Amino acid sequence: MINYKEIGLKCGLELHQMLDTSTKLFCKCPPEIRHEDPEFTFKRRLRPTRSEIGEIDPAALFEFKKGRTYLYEGYEDNVCLVEMDEEPPHDLNREALQIALEISLLLNAKPVDEIHVMRKIVIDGSNTTGFQRTALISINGCIEVNGKKVPIQTICLEEDAARKIGEKEGGRVVVYRLDRLGIPLIEIATAPVINTPDEAYEVARYIGRLLRITGKVKRGLGTIRQDLNISIKGGARVEIKGVQKLELLPKIVEYEALRQLRLLELKKELEKRGVKEDDISYSFIDVTDIFANSKSKIVSRALKSEGIGLAVKVPGFAGLIGCELQPGRRFGTELADYVRFWSGLRGIFHSDELPAYGISEEEVEKVRRRLNMNERDAFILAFGPAEDCRNALKAVVDRIKVALRGVPEETRGANDDGTTKFLRPMPGRARMYPETDIRPIRIDDKLLETLRAKLPETPEKKLKRFVEEYGLSRELAEKILDSKFLQVFEALVREVKVPPVLIASTLTNTLVELRREGLDTESLSQSKLWELFRAVEAGTLSKEAVPEVLREMLKQPEESVTDIIERIGLKSLSEDEARRIVNEVINSSSEKLLSMNEKKAINFIMGRAMSKLRGRIDGRKVYKIVSEEVSKFFKEHGKS
Amino acid sequence: MSERSGYSPAVLKLLEKYKADLFQEVNIKLVDHREINGIILPRPFYGDPDVLVLKLPNGYNIGIEYKKIKYIAVISPAKRKPLVELALPHLREDLPLVYMLSTGGTIASRIDYSTGAVYPFFTAEEIYRMVPELLDLAYIKAETVYSIFSEDMTPKRWDELAKRIYEIYRKEAPAGIIVAHGTDTMGYTAAAIAFAVRNLPGPVIFVGSQRSSDRPSSDTALNVICAVKTAIEAPFGESVVVMHGCTSDDYCLAHRGVKVRKMHTSRRDAFRSVNDIPLALIRPQQRIKLLTSRYLKRSEEEPQLLGGFEEKVALIKFYPGMHPEILEFLHEEGYKGIVIEATGLGHVSEKLVEPIRKMVKDGIPIVITSQCMWGRVNLNVYRRGVELIKAGALPGEDMLPETAFVKLSWVLKRADDIESAYKMMLTNYVYEINPRSEERFYPPVWR
Repeated sequence: MINYKEIGLKCGLELHQMLDTSTKLFCKCPPEIRHEDPEFTFKRRLRPTRSEIGEIDPAALFEFKKGRTYLYEGYEDNVCLVEMDEEPPHDLNREALQIALEISLLLNAKPVDEIHVMRKIVIDGSNTTGFQRTALISINGCIEVNGKKVPIQTICLEEDAARKIGEKEGGRVVVYRLDRLGIPLIEIATAPVINTPDEAYEVARYIGRLLRITGKVKRGLGTIRQDLNISIKGGARVEIKGVQKLELLPKIVEYEALRQLRLLELKKELEKRGVKEDDISYSFIDVTDIFANSKSKIVSRALKSEGIGLAVKVPGFAGLIGCELQPGRRFGTELADYVRFWSGLRGIFHSDELPAYGISEEEVEKVRRRLNMNERDAFILAFGPAEDCRNALKAVVDRIKVALRGVPEETRGANDDGTTKFLRPMPGRARMYPETDIRPIRIDDKLLETLRAKLPETPEKKLKRFVEEYGLSRELAEKILDSKFLQVFEALVREVKVPPVLIASTLTNTLVELRREGLDTESLSQSKLWELFRAVEAGTLSKEAVPEVLREMLKQPEESVTDIIERIGLKSLSEDEARRIVNEVINSSSEKLLSMNEKKAINFIMGRAMSKLRGRIDGRKVYKIVSEEVSKFFKEHGKS
Repeated sequence: MSERSGYSPAVLKLLEKYKADLFQEVNIKLVDHREINGIILPRPFYGDPDVLVLKLPNGYNIGIEYKKIKYIAVISPAKRKPLVELALPHLREDLPLVYMLSTGGTIASRIDYSTGAVYPFFTAEEIYRMVPELLDLAYIKAETVYSIFSEDMTPKRWDELAKRIYEIYRKEAPAGIIVAHGTDTMGYTAAAIAFAVRNLPGPVIFVGSQRSSDRPSSDTALNVICAVKTAIEAPFGESVVVMHGCTSDDYCLAHRGVKVRKMHTSRRDAFRSVNDIPLALIRPQQRIKLLTSRYLKRSEEEPQLLGGFEEKVALIKFYPGMHPEILEFLHEEGYKGIVIEATGLGHVSEKLVEPIRKMVKDGIPIVITSQCMWGRVNLNVYRRGVELIKAGALPGEDMLPETAFVKLSWVLKRADDIESAYKMMLTNYVYEINPRSEERFYPPVWR
């Protein structure tokens, strides 16, 4: 167990939430993700531009030198010349701006007086322009989560990037789909005041709820993404990008804290061993001849296609390259990440893991001798085209030198298990310059007043009201608060005379159960739900039968609720009809009844009657009828 | 101080009060007790002059209304970082010499990161830095002729440019000359140079960009690389436009200057050959590919300067209901020639026929072209056409209206009378007229 207070964990969140607008942020395309094959494609290159201090971002330059081209895919009806960077952006979408302002007010932030759209340079191809358009909307916000004040530093409105579809030609061509490019996102950044993994979850959940109660944000996987920045005492600020699952946040924070701890331990161990940065040199030794007859498939394949084998000695590192930083991820894994980024190679071999992968003891020994190693040293091996091998080993040595200093600042990507992998070096101070194609927007105080006047309730207030006024349990109230049916629920409660608990549990628990049965609950329309609860209100449907009717509604989306009730014979029974059926049951088992006492008899008849009446009339009513009729029967037969 | 001019007197007064100035890092206390740090920026050309623009430490710009500011404390003096000039690798003078002239436009401008203002730049160093691939392609000399918007180009400037091109070819004998030009009127200038500089020993290549050079996605690099390749490798000595051939960063096309038109407001591949096919297709990694054998070869003889453009020439577009007064006005104002962008095969309304007759009678050439752009005018098919011929108008074959306009300006400086002007208008000097209308010209696709 890590003592987070002791290690000085600091974590900030950056939430990106898609807004539910009718058009994209800078054009009139509908903001929809599509899944069919694309309708057209085109290819582009992006060139690093010099920053204002006359420098080119080295990572960006490297990407360009790799000769990367970007293949963009589009659809005629949701990609236009604006996404293609063939037409200047239109005016900023006012609907999106209004939502961003509303959310700002909910987060107690102060909107700026004039909004300036900026270009943030991003040249990985995810934006056709080579920059992301983003605007700072408000600053100085604050929320309270479990009694703790969490400052909201900035709230920005920005365009989403294109979706990465894959790579071609060994990574030289990167494929992006343009449907997502330009969808409005709100970005909310908290101060780095989060001190435990669970708190990260709590804060993210709170902000997520706040966003959803506006009813103006998109829902579903991929519509909200979180970035984290995490550091510990003596460590470094590390950015982790693109977490889509809220539940994963605590694990990511924990594993990153762990990784930084382990890297600091590694540093200490190296100090103990007396390893110095200058001990590790960029002298790479050709070892191709040693592996001429290698049994390793990876090696022989590389050498056959005119590749070479290149090795570097890492003095004093014996046993350390294999040390674990996160579950299943070693320092060697980290080195391999760097190799993949800075060279065309897929991976490397290191002495802590050899002999293995078809590389023999004898080959390892030969390498050790060639490199003039002693038992305290380690080595790294790369196989492939000569230039790639050199780039790979250079990246490895660079990274190993940093290990002597501790934790490198970098940008990492989240894996599904909560571990992370190196993505790219931390970009220098964000390179931003004004988007000269869009005029600054003046925020007028009147608009803010109007928005403030009709702000939705905060999540806490809503929860309180659901519990106190509607009689929902705290658990059910939270469920409906997090449900996509929150707005429908509130409208139904207002308009339809049906117990709120029934509506809430139907919209949450019942639907979850039906989804588990494999039914498609996604396409359930709001109007159908209204029909369902109107039927309950009118008494044509008993509340016990709601799950069954809902099941049929999902199975037969075309059929009306009335028809379904009719078809499956769940039409509510009048009390008289129910009484008739109860009496039938009593008469058919009269002899048996006489051998029981009255209480037992009631239970017995209740069971049988319910199997015929379930869903057609309230169970309590049945119990009343059964009690009355059984007692009457006993009287008639002289028992009591 | 001109940079402060975007602000209202109220903002300037406030800045004065606290001795704060542009580009200083300041701490601003607001009336609501909040504090904001940032660098004061000049007010962009547009927006509310009462709003102070601040660059925050996170890179974002925001605006704060001056009324909400309580106090400004200067943290550090203005630091305007000059653009650091990077050392250039040595230039290879053994490579073919290519001259680059700049007249302005998107291609020759750069953004000032602190203000967002676009300012012109054009040196060989900047070009090499922007497109390092050129270091292995050519030895480039650059020269700024103008720094103007292309819509501010004039016939007088065509003339000066022509003279400069002529001089460079005579004195420096480069492999080719590239002219960086704003795209909006690039076609006009390319046509003017085609008429004014003849016996060209190499191509004159007009190049521009539809996305400014400071953007990672700019089309400049591909266009310039292809222009330089054309300068070196092209067998033709013509005035051409080299720009993107499609929306991809794939290849460029060299269009004949007298047969090209900007057909789209914003796309990279806005330029299209009209009533012709492009001369060549250029890919960065391959040799230039000729698409036609119909071109003027690089001249072995001395280049010839045939300068001079008449400024009192009008290009007017006919529209339904057009009043004859417009023509009468031009007549009275002493216009020496008119090109009419007529409808279809070359028609104007009945009311315009008489003023045309009067102008021709006074020796003013009237040249009829079509607003259809594609195709040839023919005044024999309908009665109105016949009336126009009888009135003395000249059908301008398949010439683009813009080309006919430039040509008429040029012709009027050399013809003695309307007859010789008409004769020159129909003389095919630089392939501005295509005697054959080929099937593949339209729709403008070709393989």
